[in-house]
Amino acid sequence: MSTTVSEATSLEATASSEARPRRRKAVGINARHNGVAFLFLSPWLIGLMFLTLGPILASFYLSLTSYDMFTPPQWLGLDNYVKMFTEDGRYYQSLRVTFTYVFLSVPLKLAFALGIAMLLNRGLKGLGFYRSVYYLPSLLGGSVAVAIMWRQVFAYDGIINQVLLKFGIDGPSWITSTDYALYTLVALAVWQFGSPMVIFLAGLKQIPQDIYDAAEVDGAGPVRKFFSVTLPLLTPIIFFNFVMQIIGAFQAFTPAYIISGGKGGPADATLFYTLYLYEQAFTNFQMGYASAMAWVLVAIIGLATVISFKSARYWVHYGDER
Amino acid sequence: MTIAVADARDKKKRAFNWRSVAVHGCLIFGALLMIYPLLWLASSSLKPANLIFSDLSLWPSKIRLQNYVDGWRGAALPFSTFFMNSFIVSGLAVVGNVLACSMVAYAFARLNFIFKKTLFAVMMLTIMLPLHATLIPQYALFHKLGWVNTFLPLTVPKFLAVDAFFIFLMIQFIRGIPRELDEAATIDGAGPIRIYWSIILPLLTPALVTTAVFSFIWTYEDFLSPLVYLTSMDRYTVPQGLSLLMSSKGASSWGPLLAMSLLSLVPLFVVFFIFQRRLIEGIATSGLKG
Repeated sequence: MSTTVSEATSLEATASSEARPRRRKAVGINARHNGVAFLFLSPWLIGLMFLTLGPILASFYLSLTSYDMFTPPQWLGLDNYVKMFTEDGRYYQSLRVTFTYVFLSVPLKLAFALGIAMLLNRGLKGLGFYRSVYYLPSLLGGSVAVAIMWRQVFAYDGIINQVLLKFGIDGPSWITSTDYALYTLVALAVWQFGSPMVIFLAGLKQIPQDIYDAAEVDGAGPVRKFFSVTLPLLTPIIFFNFVMQIIGAFQAFTPAYIISGGKGGPADATLFYTLYLYEQAFTNFQMGYASAMAWVLVAIIGLATVISFKSARYWVHYGDER
Repeated sequence: MTIAVADARDKKKRAFNWRSVAVHGCLIFGALLMIYPLLWLASSSLKPANLIFSDLSLWPSKIRLQNYVDGWRGAALPFSTFFMNSFIVSGLAVVGNVLACSMVAYAFARLNFIFKKTLFAVMMLTIMLPLHATLIPQYALFHKLGWVNTFLPLTVPKFLAVDAFFIFLMIQFIRGIPRELDEAATIDGAGPIRIYWSIILPLLTPALVTTAVFSFIWTYEDFLSPLVYLTSMDRYTVPQGLSLLMSSKGASSWGPLLAMSLLSLVPLFVVFFIFQRRLIEGIATSGLKG
C-alpha cells in the first residue's frame, strides 16, 4: 500500500517535472498570453492613453498656461496657482462652500445610514420593503428632476414653510437666502443616505450573533453592545463608506447648478468648487486657470484619501486582530 | 448560564411585541418622510398652478392633466426629442460598458501578461480619479476631432472602458467562477477568446446586469457631460431639457415643469422596480455608490 502511494507520488513528481518546462511555454491556463491578453485589454489601454493618462498630463501642462481653446496656450509658469491663492476671492469662497458641504453632509449622511441600518437589522418583517424605500432617494438624488423638486420644497411658499406655518413659524426663503441656501443642499445630500445604508446593512449581517450573546452573558446592555461590539467590528465598513462619500462629495455639481440656476448664488453662497471650475472653463474660457483648479481638486481629494488611510490604523479594526 | 440566556431571550420575546410595534412605527414614519417629497412632486404635477403652493394635501382637489401637455411642448423642442436622445446615449453607454469592461476584467482575472500588477494598480487608481482632472483636455481633444455637439464624447469613452469601477466589479465576480471550468475547456482545445465568450460571459450575467443597470442610471442622470458637449437643442438630453424648461419659463409655470420632472424619473422608477434586488446586491457586495 505504502509503496504504491510513494510510487504514484514519485511518478507524478517526475511527470510534472518533465511537463513543467513545456507547460510554461504553451499550454495550461497559467501560460502567458501576452498577445491575446493585450487584445482583451486594448479598449481600456486606448482609453487609458487618450482619455485618462494623456489628459492628466495635458491638464498639468495647461495649468501652467493661459489657454482659451482657440489660440495656442501661452506659458505662464505658476501664475495661475499664485493668482488662485492670492487674488481670487471667489476661489476662496468656493473652497469654503465645498468644505462646509463635505464636512457637514458626509458625517450626517453616514450617521443616518448607520442608524437606520441598525434599526433594520433586527430581523424585522418587511425588511426588503423598508430597504427599498430608504434606498430610492439615493438612486434618484443626482438627477436634475430631484434638484428641481428640492428647489420647490424649500421655496418661500414651498411645503417646508407651509408646514412651519402650521406651527406659527414664518420660515425664510431657504433657496434665496445666503444663510440657508447651502444647508438645503446639505439636506439634499443627507436625504440620499440609502446607498451607504445598504452597505452598512450588509456589514451588520456579517457580525456573528454569538459575539452579542457572549457580550450579553457578560452583562452588556444595548449601549455597551453598540460601542464595544457593533461599532468596532463595523469600522472597516465605516471607513470604506467614509472615503467613498468624501470623494463623491467634493465632486458634487448637478444639485448646486440647478438650485442656484447655474450661478452658485445667492451671492456665491452655493458656489461649489466644481461649479466655479465649470464657469471658468466653459463660460469664461479660462481653460488654463480651470486646469489649475482641477489639479488642486485632485490634490485635495488625494490628500483627504491619504489622511483617511493613515488615520485608519488608529481606529479601523480588521477581523483578524480580534 | 445557558439557561439564563434562554430565559432572557424568552423575556425578550414576550416584551418584543411592543418594541417591534414601536420600531415599525418609527420606520414607517421615516419611510413616509423619505418619500414625501416624491409624492408631493407626483401630486403637484397634477395640480393647477394656483393650488401647487396653497393646497398641502397629497390628493389634488382639482386634476389638471394639461400640465403634462404644456410641459411636453413647453421648451423650444418637444420632450420626445430629449427622451430619444437620452435613450440613445444611455443605451450605447450600457452596451459599451458591458462589452469593454467584461473584456478587460477577463484579462485581469484570468490571463497572465507582462506588467499585470502595474496595470492593475493603475486601473484601481483611475477609479479614484475625479472626473474634473481630465475634463478640460478631453474637451480639447473631442473639439479637435470635431465631436463636440455629437453623442460621441458621451458614448465612445464607455467603449474604451473608462468607467473602471465596473472592471473591478467584474474582476471580483470572475474570481468567484471556478477555474476548473477554464481548465476543462482548455483541455477540450478552447483558447482564451472562446473561454471568454462561451464560459465566462454567460456565467458573468449577474455582474453584467448590475453594470448595465448602473450604467443606464448614471448616464441617464448625468448632467455635466451633456452640458459640456451638447450645444444645440436638438441634441439635448432629458436633464438639459428640464434645465431649459426651468430657465425659459417664469415662476407661473411650475405645473408643467414639475410634470416633466416626474416624467423624467419614470424610466428610473421602472429600472428600480425591475432590478431592485440586483441593485441592492450590487451596492452591498461591491460598494457601488447609488
